[in-house]
Amino acid sequence: MDIVAIKSIAAAFAIAVGGFGPALAIGALAGKAMESIGRNPEAASKIQTSMILATAFAEAIAIYAFVMALIIKFV
Amino acid sequence: MNISLAAEPIFHIGSFPVTNTLMVSWVVLAALVVLSVAVRRSMRVVPAGIHNAAEAVIEFLLNMVDGVTNDREKTKRFFPVIATIFIAVVASNWIELVPGLGSIGFYEMKDGVRELVPFIRSSSADLNFTAAIALVSFFSVQAFGMMSLGVGQYLGKFFVWPWKKPYVIGSFVGILELIGEFSKIISFSFRLFGNIFAGEVLLLVVGSLVPYLVPLPFLGLEIFVGVVQALVFSMLTLVFMTIATAAHGEGEGPHAPAGVH
Repeated sequence: MDIVAIKSIAAAFAIAVGGFGPALAIGALAGKAMESIGRNPEAASKIQTSMILATAFAEAIAIYAFVMALIIKFV
Repeated sequence: MNISLAAEPIFHIGSFPVTNTLMVSWVVLAALVVLSVAVRRSMRVVPAGIHNAAEAVIEFLLNMVDGVTNDREKTKRFFPVIATIFIAVVASNWIELVPGLGSIGFYEMKDGVRELVPFIRSSSADLNFTAAIALVSFFSVQAFGMMSLGVGQYLGKFFVWPWKKPYVIGSFVGILELIGEFSKIISFSFRLFGNIFAGEVLLLVVGSLVPYLVPLPFLGLEIFVGVVQALVFSMLTLVFMTIATAAHGEGEGPHAPAGVH
């Protein structure tokens, strides 16, 4: 197998595995946020703000995986 | 289609390469300066037109900052840095929506392959730009912390003597917090860079596959991502500033009063 094929497979694996954890994390986060908004609708905007903030943290990991996949493929 | 992680130099001033992202950031800077001067010159007692729009934006940002700090005095101190980071990052992020991204440029021979060097590339898609803003954010957090707590007490959060209260474990936690502070720089720069660069690659690929109608939802997504990433950057800086200026023993950030059951 030549190096270009291995690079492509490696890039595909990087983003596939790296996107799995953050997807679960963001889903759990949003679920909990919905639950707490349902319990306390008055605090909705505070909860929403914190949820967006925490989602950005979780998504950053997926972004690291994506950048690594791009580096593997193109550099 | 040329996807390059690093920004491509357009021309050289002496031996200093001027990249396309640098030129775009100059354009953004000039646009923001012209906008601010226009707002200043249209100021009347009863706001109208562009003055009105600027007031709406400032009020939105002020309320957002107030929501996190819960303290008007702190808001007044933090607001310039936070609002500047937000507006500069939003403007840089939205440049990638301009038609001509990655496609208008000139051809250059690189390693024997004829590649296109584009003129337009969002300045947030350059790791130098995002790292620079991350460093500004890091240093302003430390500066505000030292200014409000005093250098000794602020550094005492990180360097805990082993014989003080939490005993030996306190020193380790302090060192970990110090490392955490530095890792925030990397996290900030890569988060913004990754999001915007990925958006650019996405728009380029979708545009080259099906140029009609299909890029529309992706353009909408990029508008949203641009705003969210700017918001996240400035809000995280704000939250870290609020934590850094909180006196030791005070709660961290806004607490909801505990319910009585």
